Amino acid sequence: MDLHFGDSKPTDDERAAVDALLGPPASAWEGADDRTDADLRWARGGREARERRDQLLPGLHAINDRVGWISEGALDYLCRRLTVPPAEAYGVATFYAMFAVKPRPAKVVHVCTDLACATRGARAVCAGLEERLGAAGSASGGVVWQESPCLGLCERAPAALVIQAGQPASPGRLRPRTPAPQSPAGLEFATAVVAPATPEAVVLAASAPEAATAEPPATMAVPQAGQQGLTLLKRVGVVDPASLDDYRAYGGYTALRHAFDLGPAGTIREVTDSGLVGRGGAAFPTGRKWQATASQPAHPHYVVCNADESEPGTFKDRVVMEGDPYALIEAMTIAGYATGAHLGYLYIRGEYPRAVRRLEHAISEARARGFLGDDVLGQGYAFDIEIRRGAGAYICGEETALFNSIEGYRGEPRSKPPFPVEKGLFGKPTAANNVETLVNVLPILTHGAEAFRASETKLFCVSGNVTRPGIYELPFGATLGELLDLAGRPETLKAVLLGGAAGGFVRPDEMDIPLTFEGTRAAGTTLGSGVVLAFDGTVPLPRLLLRIAEFFRDESCGQCVPCRVGTVRQEEALHRILDRTGAEAATDIALLREVGQAMKDASICGLGQTAWNAVESAIDRLGAYK
Amino acid sequence: MTVTPLGIPRRLIEFTLDGQEIRVPEGSTLLEACRGAGKDIPTLCEGDTLTPKNACRVCVVEVEGARTLAPACSRRAEAGMEVRTDTERARHSRKVVLELLASSTDLSTTPRAAEWIKEYEAKPDRFGADAARLNEEPKIDNDLYVRDYDKCIQCYKCVDACGEQWQNTFAISVAGRGFDARISTEHDAPLTDSACVYCGNCIEVCPTGALSFKSEFDMREAGTWNEDEQTETTTVCAYCGVGCNLTLHVQENEIVKVTSPHDNPVTHGNLCIKGRFGYQHVQNRG
Ligand code: SF4
Ligand code: SF4
Ligand code: SF4
Ligand code: FES
Ligand code: FES
Repeated sequence: MDLHFGDSKPTDDERAAVDALLGPPASAWEGADDRTDADLRWARGGREARERRDQLLPGLHAINDRVGWISEGALDYLCRRLTVPPAEAYGVATFYAMFAVKPRPAKVVHVCTDLACATRGARAVCAGLEERLGAAGSASGGVVWQESPCLGLCERAPAALVIQAGQPASPGRLRPRTPAPQSPAGLEFATAVVAPATPEAVVLAASAPEAATAEPPATMAVPQAGQQGLTLLKRVGVVDPASLDDYRAYGGYTALRHAFDLGPAGTIREVTDSGLVGRGGAAFPTGRKWQATASQPAHPHYVVCNADESEPGTFKDRVVMEGDPYALIEAMTIAGYATGAHLGYLYIRGEYPRAVRRLEHAISEARARGFLGDDVLGQGYAFDIEIRRGAGAYICGEETALFNSIEGYRGEPRSKPPFPVEKGLFGKPTAANNVETLVNVLPILTHGAEAFRASETKLFCVSGNVTRPGIYELPFGATLGELLDLAGRPETLKAVLLGGAAGGFVRPDEMDIPLTFEGTRAAGTTLGSGVVLAFDGTVPLPRLLLRIAEFFRDESCGQCVPCRVGTVRQEEALHRILDRTGAEAATDIALLREVGQAMKDASICGLGQTAWNAVESAIDRLGAYK
Repeated sequence: MTVTPLGIPRRLIEFTLDGQEIRVPEGSTLLEACRGAGKDIPTLCEGDTLTPKNACRVCVVEVEGARTLAPACSRRAEAGMEVRTDTERARHSRKVVLELLASSTDLSTTPRAAEWIKEYEAKPDRFGADAARLNEEPKIDNDLYVRDYDKCIQCYKCVDACGEQWQNTFAISVAGRGFDARISTEHDAPLTDSACVYCGNCIEVCPTGALSFKSEFDMREAGTWNEDEQTETTTVCAYCGVGCNLTLHVQENEIVKVTSPHDNPVTHGNLCIKGRFGYQHVQNRG
């Protein structure tokens, strides 16, 4: 390929950030400043460097973490190091919401204005910040704040996330291989979560994120913590998430030992017999997916854990990862063993700094102790896990978009077929599962498929106007009403959004809906990602619908026409009818239906196909705009 | 005249197309099957020399048992499939997609767009006068070709032709996301500062006229562009030994643009800067 670079040079800081990730450049071909005689005689880099394209996203993160934005010089340098054409890298950098290609301050505050936060005072937080820090998007005093989609902290809404760019705080974390020059502003990379947020607390955290008050323990998100009868959440809040020994003391790694006893085929059989289906929303049988991956002749095989939980109202994966990180590592190891993979990718959304830290720690610990690596548990099976941090793109939760993202391409979904089990990550057979699905594998292998079937549970993320928001674990078959009673039903329940923004609304008189995949389907709605967002009489429905439409318009990857333009037209129509009802809204509702049908039928991926569900259900089931 | 190689023989598979049993070579797309059966399905992002990105969705058809519609240009025929091309559902999606496209972009130079809009009774105006549009000024930053992204439907064809599918120059890519996604050079730089080598292969594949020869762009502005009066002559490029075929488009005895036959087994419609743009010496009548 013709690689063409402009004249922009990286700053010392930017260069150091990239070199910390990739090591120093080996030659001028790879971006070193001085040409040696040897460089003049033969070329290096090329193919070998190109095969590291999957380092593009980590490289962009490295620059963004260090400087706060990605300059031309920095991007060009990263491209030289990886032999990636700058136009493509620019396309990737501009795809993600957490990166900027224009200068901005080192401190960026993301304020959630999504569904749960909107019901719990996000507007007031924004207004307060406007007063103190100026308009959203305008830099003042070294800080810029901006509105953000759901940060996955809905149980503590309203929420804000502060990210401060700077030197890596602990040198070990980014594994610098060259001494890093001091960052000019003298700042250290730091993040702080403020939830529940007040304008004062956000400003304070933004002024010194490294000194902000620590987040509450993960248990705070689990109202049932410590209760009997929990399976998936039983260790959250009980076990020390930093201690492998503690994890083992609470039954950790028995499931993997069982898997080794059963062998790969036996493990798959057990998972198939358990009847486990994917918890990400599609409800595909996990055993069948693993079997299909395991039996592919092409190699290597990969397992991918989809922890890019970005559905508004969803935060269960965060809580499990923060509270019980080793469980996920053990489950991924089992998935790898069963499907014949030796490398697993754990893709965590970029808005979850604490989950990333905990899993980084847990993985290095597991590696050091022989639970990951060349010879897992002395069984002669090699398996390791790489963490990939997302950078703010809901669409990367779509599995094929996630593969593209890991590979260093824009996070655009691929069209299926071929399916991932045949051609997934790097074009190889891949089993992709989300966090909740994977952790279910542990009780299956520990207690057997039959015991699992008898007591299968599901996680629900309850937020909005309830008194005890958080994650609930309930046996399949509990009703919506029972769940809401546990969480503290609001006095004037007006509507419940089931399954998140891609799900649908149900009425207060539909509390008997059983929370199963079949039950919700029979009731004409969906369980989706397990979101239960309750709204009381104070919530203006048309505003809520507009927020949902805004969300999809923002998050569409833009690849296909029905979604790229359809989501815009949907938002426009909802704007027009914001304060209208009846005949005045009728034309636009008809328009919405027509566009919605085409989005559902003709979009490439689930985002476009579901972008009209919630609005449709609000019109049909709740009688919005009547 | 060009020669099209036949390739290795393929197995035939049988499926139902609009109620009719038909047989196509294994690996054929539904679109190929439709065309073989004489059905005219609208397409925009599909191109005869590229692997379609199936992004425009005007070619959708109904496959029995599938939850969503399928893009005919990319979905391969499978034995036993039941495909319907002209159902209410498929027609509805095509209509809305045409409306969405025509309301956000300028389709005035997209061949057949007007015809399809009429056929499907699409009414792009019904989204109101305030409907968001691309609204971009043409980018004129060199003497060879113009990028008028107001007409761009983001079909990815130019990106694929510039990148891995043909030219391997990777001068352009899609930047941004969603409705704000745009075809862009690195750092949104002018073409002259980018990696572009002016092969013009992107113009060759652009289905909307968003990319055009500067000569064509200027003549359209001046109102002198008249395709009906143009003649096309295919000849051999005289510059180097590769021997690419050039099709000269001539209006009033002036070459107004150069294309290349897509069915040429060597070049598939691709040229280099000299063959594509180096024609002025022919008309130096000094
Ligand atoms: S449906 Fe939306 S998100 Fe999915 S591929 Fe199309 S544009 Fe992208
Ligand atoms: S410029 Fe033309 S070829 Fe490129 S994406 Fe736009 S419409 Fe397609
Ligand atoms: S178009 Fe370019 S490559 Fe082809 S024959 Fe002419 S000069 Fe040679
Ligand atoms: S954190 Fe704000 S809605 Fe989820
Ligand atoms: S032509 Fe098939 S999707 Fe565009």
